[in-house]
Amino acid sequence: MNEAANVGLAVIHIALLVALAPGLSGVIKRMKAVLQGRRGPPVLQPYFDLLKLLRKDAVVSEHATAIFRWAPAVYAGCIATAALLVPVLWSTAPLAAWGDAIVLVGLFALARFMLALAGLDTGSAFGGMGSSREVAVAALAEPALLLVLFAVAWRTGGSDLSGASSWIIADGVAAFAPSQLLALVALVIVVIAETGRVPVDNPDTHLELTMIHEGMLLEYSGRPLGILVWASLLKQIVLFALVVALFFPFGIAATPSELPVALGAFVLKLGALAVVMSLVESSTAKLRILRVPELLGAASALAMLALVAEVVVG
Amino acid sequence: MSVEGPLPGLVLSWQLDGLSLFFALVVLSISAVTTLYAIGHARHQHGFPGSGLLYALFVVAMLAVVVAGDAFTFLLAWETMSLVSFGLVLTDHRRASVRETAWAYLVMSHAATAFVVGAFLLLARTTGSLVFADWTARAVVLDPAVATLVFGLGLVGFGTKAGMIPLHVWLPRAHPVAPAHVSALMSGVMIKLGIYGLVRLSFDWLAPGPAWWGAIVLTLGATSAVLGVLYALMQHDLKRLLAYHSVENIGIILLGIGVALVGRSQGLPAVVAIGLAAALFHVANHAAFKALLFMGAGAIDGAVGTREIERLGGLIRRMPLTALCFLIGSAAISGLPPLNGFASEWLTFQSLLTLGRSAAEPQTALLPLLAGGALALTAALAVACFVKAFGVSFLALPRSAEAAAAREAGALELIAMAILALACIALGLGAAPALSLIGQLVPSAAAPLTGQTLGLGSVGSGRLVVPNVALVLASLAAVAVVLPRVLGPVRARVAETWACGVTLQPIHEYTATAFAKPIRLMFRDIVRPVRDVGIVHRAGTRFVASVHYRSHIAPVFERYVYLAITGRLVAGARVVRRAQNGSLQTYLAYVFAAVIVALLIAR
Repeated sequence: MNEAANVGLAVIHIALLVALAPGLSGVIKRMKAVLQGRRGPPVLQPYFDLLKLLRKDAVVSEHATAIFRWAPAVYAGCIATAALLVPVLWSTAPLAAWGDAIVLVGLFALARFMLALAGLDTGSAFGGMGSSREVAVAALAEPALLLVLFAVAWRTGGSDLSGASSWIIADGVAAFAPSQLLALVALVIVVIAETGRVPVDNPDTHLELTMIHEGMLLEYSGRPLGILVWASLLKQIVLFALVVALFFPFGIAATPSELPVALGAFVLKLGALAVVMSLVESSTAKLRILRVPELLGAASALAMLALVAEVVVG
Repeated sequence: MSVEGPLPGLVLSWQLDGLSLFFALVVLSISAVTTLYAIGHARHQHGFPGSGLLYALFVVAMLAVVVAGDAFTFLLAWETMSLVSFGLVLTDHRRASVRETAWAYLVMSHAATAFVVGAFLLLARTTGSLVFADWTARAVVLDPAVATLVFGLGLVGFGTKAGMIPLHVWLPRAHPVAPAHVSALMSGVMIKLGIYGLVRLSFDWLAPGPAWWGAIVLTLGATSAVLGVLYALMQHDLKRLLAYHSVENIGIILLGIGVALVGRSQGLPAVVAIGLAAALFHVANHAAFKALLFMGAGAIDGAVGTREIERLGGLIRRMPLTALCFLIGSAAISGLPPLNGFASEWLTFQSLLTLGRSAAEPQTALLPLLAGGALALTAALAVACFVKAFGVSFLALPRSAEAAAAREAGALELIAMAILALACIALGLGAAPALSLIGQLVPSAAAPLTGQTLGLGSVGSGRLVVPNVALVLASLAAVAVVLPRVLGPVRARVAETWACGVTLQPIHEYTATAFAKPIRLMFRDIVRPVRDVGIVHRAGTRFVASVHYRSHIAPVFERYVYLAITGRLVAGARVVRRAQNGSLQTYLAYVFAAVIVALLIAR
């Protein structure tokens, strides 16, 4: 593959994820509404909200510094770079030659660092509360995520995400060892925590007693808020794509003619994960913040079990 | 090379191989920068007149440790280094707490040296020589049991100097009380010489040992990393916080060494190469960002007069350049791309994964993989800790009048910090050339181990090309800002921060204690927080007159490990004291008895 085609694929890759991200959120919201016996907003509502935010003037705190002003750009840049590490349509992710699963974890950490600092920057207690809780929850989610990645890497030959996907496709159904199912459950719990969903965080509320992610964004408004919200939605779709790439990569394209099929398969798989998420969110209650460690501890324990099963049983 | 010593028949010999050269490079480059800083920082200093001389002697002694060629020269340099740094810790000797701390440091340094001497005597006895080159040459003839004993003694001795848990207790006490440039040097460089000793001992002087040597080092590394960062999160004194981060980073370095040791015992040269490269690269990186952060803490101390982060805040407006340097150092120590801390932590992750994949038995494979989970926990907690340290110190409103009146640090201090901040960026973006340099230096030191040159491009099956990732990140960040402009221009209006309808006061801000609270509660079984709340009522009423709140964490190691040891020692001394009645006749009787016993034995 030549250079121009590579760049073209990368642009398609990122444009697709950015374009689908709000829609995924709309679908989950709609499905939750249906499950809860409500009508719910239209699926396209997140697009309208984002376009409106991006057109609005911003109000910036008088205490805000460069950290607050730069955070949306750095956050979005990190998440978008991480998006390029996960294979979505093409079997090799655009940045596969330059970064692996650990780079993905590092980019998420940089995004979190910047946003948590921005939460503290304006001096608002809500921002501080959000930052404090975000870093605490992430401290428990990150080991679980890494253990899952190690469990997959141990099986598939290394920390390269595209390599892992290709290996699983080559292995076919045999890839679904019990250890991999344990790792899958652990990863889904991590995704729930990292995307700020019930039972860890509630994406639908601004109530200060419960909020984590929203707390950090509270002082943002207008276009910067639009960029941050869109980037958070991108983070959600990247994490979903990670689940797909590590456990259900079947249907991904190896030749240009397979691209339409790959697109259809990817959208279907996202839809299936959206159903799972809306079921989880509708059937569980939000945990008290101090009970969250038990859930994420369970994720780490499952991931460790996956590793043990992987290494001992093979 | 050897030179005649100051006494007849005393010969000091030196050797300079790749490993020595690498550590000498770290010693010299960091001390050059801290010296620059010390000159600028002198106006805040109130030490005794000789402290400048001690500082110079300290640098020379550290250099001598890494180029020593025999046991005697090494121990001479090692002791000089310990004694001189004791003097430097005592700089502010008028405070009783400083004297107490320095005393604890002295005792632990010497206990450590005793273990090192023990290891050296065993090696000297079995190889019949004091020269390091002979130890390397005769390593294979060492009896395995003796080798294990030597390794154990060396691990305790060098591990104490490095600040490995549970031998770390001197470190978070001694580093904060020393002047900033000395703490920078002690934390950035001196503790790494413990690592130098350990690497020398286990890769040069001893033949490959059993895999459990490496397993112990891996376990100690993971423990030091996680507990170090957890304790750091609980600190409010900026320098004490940084000192605990040294314990954490020594843990990360030990993970690399542990991987290399297991790899060496199982005959896996590729694993040894990655593990050792990860450890040594982290040595260099930690030296750069830790010295930078200690100098930043010193600049804050000089400007505000306190290192208590609850009394700081808003410094980014008053000390913007210090803030920028401290931010770069914070991101680097938190292991964030594209800085140097990320590059070496990435390599440490790769070394753990590579060992996990290539080890023969499941138990050898599982330990490094699970240690990877511990390293991820460490990295995430480090992010939390530096969001707290930077956010509470530099952002939002000043929490005290002193912080509000702070002024930017002087030019020399800023230049010193900027040099190391640039080094953090350069070692991150230039991780591949830096690693190939280490790769060229180290094979000569650990000759039988590493034949291959290390580059980052592909280690195991991992991939990391830092400059390209950084470039993609920067361009995508730019796109995220520029692209929405197609929707037309927007303005930003400046207004108050929302504080539920009242004007924002510093007291409304989240404090460092509150920030760390979720983590303090999540890990309460480990850090054992103690809360002390007292409410005083107005006489005869139920109205509250005053509330006092104090929160600290129980000193677990001091209470349960060290107090137990010192308690026994004191009890033992009490027993012995009965024999000391101060009467001359009794002592003459003791001497007489001793002579009789000696004669009986020597009969």
